[in-house]
Amino acid sequence: MTLHTFHGGLELPGHRERTAATPIRQAGIPPLLVLPLLQHIGEPAECLVTPGERVLKGQMIAAPRGNISAPVHASSSGTVVAVEPRPFPHPSGFAAPAIIIETDGRDAWLDAEHGLANYHQIDAARLLDHIRRSGIVGLGGAGFPTQVKLGSSVYHNIELLVINGAECEPYISCDDRLMQERAAEVIEGVRILQHILKPKRCIIALEKLMGAARNAMQAAVDNAADETISLVSIPDIYPSGGERQLIRILTGKEVPSQGYPADIGMLCQNIGTTAAVYQAVMHNRPLVARIVTVTGAGINRPGNIEALIGTPFSGLIEACGGYSGAIERLLMGGPMMGFDVHTDRVPVIKTTNCILAATREEMPPPPPEQPCIRCSKCTDVCPADLLPQQLYWHSQSGNLDAAQDYNLFDCIECGCCAYVCPSHIPLVQYYRHSKAEIWTREKQKQASNTARRRHEARLARLERIRQERTERLARKKQALETDADPAGDKKKAAIQAALERVRQKKAAADIAPKNVDNLTSEQQQRIREVEARRQHPDEDTGQ
Amino acid sequence: MASVNYSSPHLPASGSVNVMMRQVLLALLPGAVCMTWYFGPGVISNLLLAAVTAVCAEAGMLALRGKPVASTLVDSSALVTGVLLALALPPLAPWWIPVIGTLFAIVVAKQLYGGLGFNPFNPAMAGYVVLLISFPRELTLWPAPHAGLGLTDTLALVFLNTLPSGAALDSITMATPMDIVKTRLGLKTALSDLQDGGLFGLVGANGWEWVNFWFLLGGLWLLKARVIQWHIPVSMLGALAGMALVFHLLDPETYTFPAFQLFSGAAMLGAFFIATDPVSASTTPRGRLVYGAGIGILVYIIRTWGGYPEGIAFAVLLMNMAAPTIDHYTQPRVFGNRGDES
Repeated sequence: MTLHTFHGGLELPGHRERTAATPIRQAGIPPLLVLPLLQHIGEPAECLVTPGERVLKGQMIAAPRGNISAPVHASSSGTVVAVEPRPFPHPSGFAAPAIIIETDGRDAWLDAEHGLANYHQIDAARLLDHIRRSGIVGLGGAGFPTQVKLGSSVYHNIELLVINGAECEPYISCDDRLMQERAAEVIEGVRILQHILKPKRCIIALEKLMGAARNAMQAAVDNAADETISLVSIPDIYPSGGERQLIRILTGKEVPSQGYPADIGMLCQNIGTTAAVYQAVMHNRPLVARIVTVTGAGINRPGNIEALIGTPFSGLIEACGGYSGAIERLLMGGPMMGFDVHTDRVPVIKTTNCILAATREEMPPPPPEQPCIRCSKCTDVCPADLLPQQLYWHSQSGNLDAAQDYNLFDCIECGCCAYVCPSHIPLVQYYRHSKAEIWTREKQKQASNTARRRHEARLARLERIRQERTERLARKKQALETDADPAGDKKKAAIQAALERVRQKKAAADIAPKNVDNLTSEQQQRIREVEARRQHPDEDTGQ
Repeated sequence: MASVNYSSPHLPASGSVNVMMRQVLLALLPGAVCMTWYFGPGVISNLLLAAVTAVCAEAGMLALRGKPVASTLVDSSALVTGVLLALALPPLAPWWIPVIGTLFAIVVAKQLYGGLGFNPFNPAMAGYVVLLISFPRELTLWPAPHAGLGLTDTLALVFLNTLPSGAALDSITMATPMDIVKTRLGLKTALSDLQDGGLFGLVGANGWEWVNFWFLLGGLWLLKARVIQWHIPVSMLGALAGMALVFHLLDPETYTFPAFQLFSGAAMLGAFFIATDPVSASTTPRGRLVYGAGIGILVYIIRTWGGYPEGIAFAVLLMNMAAPTIDHYTQPRVFGNRGDES
């Protein structure tokens, strides 16, 4: 198979030899599990338990809310002791609502129905619902609910299913290790995805250096005897594990800039996610554990650890022999896109693919920032073909429109530009800041639009009330004038006036609310309720 | 754990401006040594004068602008500007020529625009053009190869403006090959009549071809070390050679052959060290090709039909002006935007 290339990228030292060669170890059951309600992209899950409640392993303790969301399951049996904000791994360092479980050490599974081993005979919709209820999200690091990604692709004609076994970044080897040890599970997971998506072909991509993983996977693919599945080794160039870059390498095609792989008939799933789908469908095991690479010069015995979701980082680090010395940075994720977590008390969440404890020698503090000399080394390595230094100039000067003109939102924040920058400018930080600014601005714009619409509606309402009052007064006046008429006409006039009042009221009720065309049915319902409520006092005073 | 909030990426930096600038200085060394070999110790006195002036001017301006002095000076960018200017100056020019040129380059062309990274024009070339326009006579004081003065005589001439007894300035200096070719061809002399008289060496101008050769080697090393990219040197030299080839084929007696254009004057110094100054050049990949080609074409035009024998400085400054526009129209196609196809 001919491979293609993408522009830019970096050849980075892998730092994987040790962890990739060591078998996966178990972290065990920690005394306390901290399970944040938001471990994925989308709406936070809705808590279903209260403190004091006993839970079993695999029991859903928080339900998905809205379309893009994922449930949270108890990752071991025990008692819920609190539902409160706790520090969680996030660049902000903030705390977020979490369910805290005191484990009982029995690790007792919820005795639920059996798996769907006969998935061949089950339709895609039911399997997707099962995957949603199993809480599976993209385990490569993004954390997008898997069922949503699969579900939106079912309606596209998916030609090619790509299983991404290329690690995202240096240091990380959890996918490599997973393929070495559980190749058969991964392949069975692939078969399930094939059944759901019905793609013509399936490519499992892994990196050239993953010799052992390739052998194991090749054996499993041969065993599956499926002509449509092929195994492809790709060059170790960062960020070839990125979805768009990987598709480009394998097919030469580019995912449209604001679109999704499904738009060009492709779908990409991470190896870990595929194995999780296998566990959920075949054994009815929701996502309660994951493999995490614990590495860095600051770790005594680096390796891959299978840990229950909610285990504190410190638990995994202990399982790796603890720290070897002073730690300069503790990262979640890899060295290129990961972030500093400041404390090892934060829990492993569904997207924790790596814990990197780096010493000062390994990752020294960055040298002072110097002026950009426009050397355009950043341009040469940008895998999105952007002009990073132009983005930097415009971000730095707050010229956000210009930054958007230079396609700021096509930046995947891979960090290649900042890595090669001879002026040591934290470019990615500038881009993130600009993106956040633009999002805030958009939100404000939406808010002010809403406010403007409300104001217009209010003016219209006041105008209507004023008109009604004038008409009422006019009618009263007319009625008083007709009082002077002969007695025979008086009765007739009263009837006429009553009829007129009824007509007026009817007309008033027919005045439709304005600017409601683009609202959702839910919002329109709310407007109707408000209108109804407002009609009420009018009726009273009108009599 | 440190309390600082680090932003990704976390891997240690892979390069630095300071190192890049020093690599440029190192790459200039063979060419500078070769120039000294052919044109005498005046080359070194120019280098020293310009270097000292550049560093002092930079330090003074940084202090005036309230910027950190020591930590900025270590970037060595002022030194590079001074050295590049000095290598463009005639070795027998009086001492105040490199000083004035460097002062203008650093104070006006660089620091008044905001210092490193903010200057729209190549400072060394801006300084050179100021000298060329203000002191045209002093800028012709090139000795013939191997015919320069000794150390004491050079220093006496440069600093005290005293000539060795019994010598006239005209007997020491000689028009450069570029100059001779220009004047003689302008007088309708056929190129073949210029062959004798030691004007030409193996491929280019006598002596100058070796200076160019060593600058070429230095430049290739910079390419290999990834300090510069290939686009600008290749397109500039390509355009220069292309123009020369076309006109030489049209009329071999009036227009010099391509190799002469490439290995005379400041062609290699210009292509690898001056046109590649990142701050004032184009930055997009296609833009760099356009920018380099523009310089090559302008150099040929100025050399052949313009008022000066050499055109690197003017060509670079003219293309500096065009760089922002070139960048605007040569933005790369962003990943996932295939234009019309699919």
